[in-house]
Amino acid sequence: MADPITQVSGRAYPWGAKNIDTDIIIPAHWLKTTTRDGLGKGAFETVRAVEGNVFDDPRYAGGPVLIAGDNFGCGSSREHAAWALADLGIRAVIAPSFSDIFSGNAFKNGIVPVVLSQAAVDRLVEAAQDGEVTVDLETMTVTTSYQDRFDFALDPFRRDCLMQGLDEIGLTLAQDTAISKFESADAEHRPWISGRARHEGVAV
Amino acid sequence: MASRPLTLYEKIWADHVVERRDDGTCLIYIDRHLVHEVTSPQAFAGLKAAGRRVRRPDLTLAVPDHNLPTSPRVDAAGRASPIADPESAKQLAALRQNVADFGVPYIDALAAEQGIVHVVGPEQGFTLPGTTLVCGDSHTSAHGALGALAFGIGTSEVEHVLATQTLLLKQSKTMEIRVDGSLGFGVSPKDVVLAIIGRIGAAGGTGYVVEYTGEVIRAMSVEGRLTVSNMSIEGGARAGLVAPDETTFAYLKGRPMAPDGDSWGKAVAYWRTLPSDPAAAYDAVVKLDATDIAPSLTWGTSPEDVVPITGSVPDPDSFADPSKRVAARKSLDYMGLEPGTRMQDVAVQNVFIGSCTNSRIEDLRAAAAVASGRHVADGVRALVVPGSGLVKRQAEREGLDRVFTEAGFEWREPGCSMCLAMNPDKVPPGERCASTSNRNFVGRQGPGARTHLLSPAMAAAAAVTGRLADVRDLMGRDLVGASDG
Ligand code: SF4
Repeated sequence: MADPITQVSGRAYPWGAKNIDTDIIIPAHWLKTTTRDGLGKGAFETVRAVEGNVFDDPRYAGGPVLIAGDNFGCGSSREHAAWALADLGIRAVIAPSFSDIFSGNAFKNGIVPVVLSQAAVDRLVEAAQDGEVTVDLETMTVTTSYQDRFDFALDPFRRDCLMQGLDEIGLTLAQDTAISKFESADAEHRPWISGRARHEGVAV
Repeated sequence: MASRPLTLYEKIWADHVVERRDDGTCLIYIDRHLVHEVTSPQAFAGLKAAGRRVRRPDLTLAVPDHNLPTSPRVDAAGRASPIADPESAKQLAALRQNVADFGVPYIDALAAEQGIVHVVGPEQGFTLPGTTLVCGDSHTSAHGALGALAFGIGTSEVEHVLATQTLLLKQSKTMEIRVDGSLGFGVSPKDVVLAIIGRIGAAGGTGYVVEYTGEVIRAMSVEGRLTVSNMSIEGGARAGLVAPDETTFAYLKGRPMAPDGDSWGKAVAYWRTLPSDPAAAYDAVVKLDATDIAPSLTWGTSPEDVVPITGSVPDPDSFADPSKRVAARKSLDYMGLEPGTRMQDVAVQNVFIGSCTNSRIEDLRAAAAVASGRHVADGVRALVVPGSGLVKRQAEREGLDRVFTEAGFEWREPGCSMCLAMNPDKVPPGERCASTSNRNFVGRQGPGARTHLLSPAMAAAAAVTGRLADVRDLMGRDLVGASDG
């Protein structure tokens, strides 16, 4: 599990691009890895192939914040997208909306998905050109070096997990009794779920 | 006790809540977990590192698909062909090792039942109505066609399910997508789902679980419904369900992993209680009239960029939304298309018939009906990749393989193949592909590849004409219905 986070602060990539799918974040040929590390090299490969792209601009290089457009992280469910961002050093992504799957993956890898209005995102893209951006989980605000201040919301449980660096699997395993109870009640209610038959021959 | 009318989704949800927290987050029990080689190695590694076991191997099924080459799996002497790409080989070996270490049921690359996870699940009867089903793959939404609450998850969630057989989730909003009327000549389930995504947009379903209803969906076979549910995620919805009915039960009966004997009767009785109550309300409702749906395809790099085959490449300036104008310009630049060009004048160099969207037997029959007695146009490479070994065998029994090979198509081994170009099947840079898959993203079918999504019959029509073509011009009227199963 990721380290606890209370604040992400520094330079931000003022990108603002919409509908960034996970194929763009990390192309499929990078998915042949069996570990979580080292994917930063492949992050935004097709974007970075273009001269003058935001990721290779020395002003923002290594910044912990990415500012993007609507529907960030749509497409494939690959968690490699979150690993690639984390490997690149990104700890918060700010966008008007995120795909459901990406947003879940981001939380689990210590990346804060911050939803702000399009107007706020437009303003941040401007402010980030030469200022810093701070995402604060204590006050639930995004601020800039220019006195901008935007409030955002996070699911309280997920916020706790981020701030305390909690291991979700460990937390759930502590509910073992409840899970076992569910399983035995369900075995009465829907006995065919675990009693999976296996016999030969099947028509397509 | 009189209870509030519920939707199919709400009923399945209610039957899987292990625990509810004050903030509304629920611990949801997972009945079925499909595992493949790409999104599982880090999850198994996590379990090993923490000394954890797989809680319910009996509810889990692993099968390799994404990386496998579609060239012959065994040589003339019956020996397994080595995998040339070392990274693919390593990932496939990791899956074999992990299933052995954790006792997870596994369909090997050489087994007749091997195929794309989303084809194998329904085909084996692993996918059942009323179950919660997950897989580390966004097109898990496909299984919703059988009335399962099925959705894609990330690798951390794969690990969570392996360890606990549960997931922490918040209930989604519900959206009904109703398609009434009846499908016109040459219009297939793929055209229906493309029309839906064209209507709601690529993010239209974000935050929702969709339920597909209406006469058109009811009249579809399970295979057609799988095509529709498969692409729910392309409209932003994690899951897209179809209420189970007699069509579903008939499809499942006798499948190897489906209930049998006494269990079958009990299961069917339960499944009959699942359809949404007549008075149940959805948070959003979208209605389409089937008579408005023509054979369709995409022109851009988002699945929402849909146009009927009789249409033309749109002018970016025609979009009201300024950001859509920018996106359309970029798309057309990438796709190498000029506004106003008739779709039917666009030449293709590649045709891919396959993927978990359209690689089942009905898809192959629809494509073969068009290919039969014709020949792939000069300069076109056309691949047919069955969704599973069982689909392949069935097609061979019906002689479809000969129809395809005599027409100049390649007949390959099952897998994801050119859908995402992780194996050697790639569209060369700058070339155009008529593809039955589900994503036309930049670089999806290989760096620089230009993808047009369409139905199997339309893909076959493109193969034999060498351009994007209206399949209706190639179909005898006696073929009505051949592709709208
Ligand atoms: S066929 Fe394509 S969409 Fe389906 S599981 Fe394979 S890669 Fe994913």
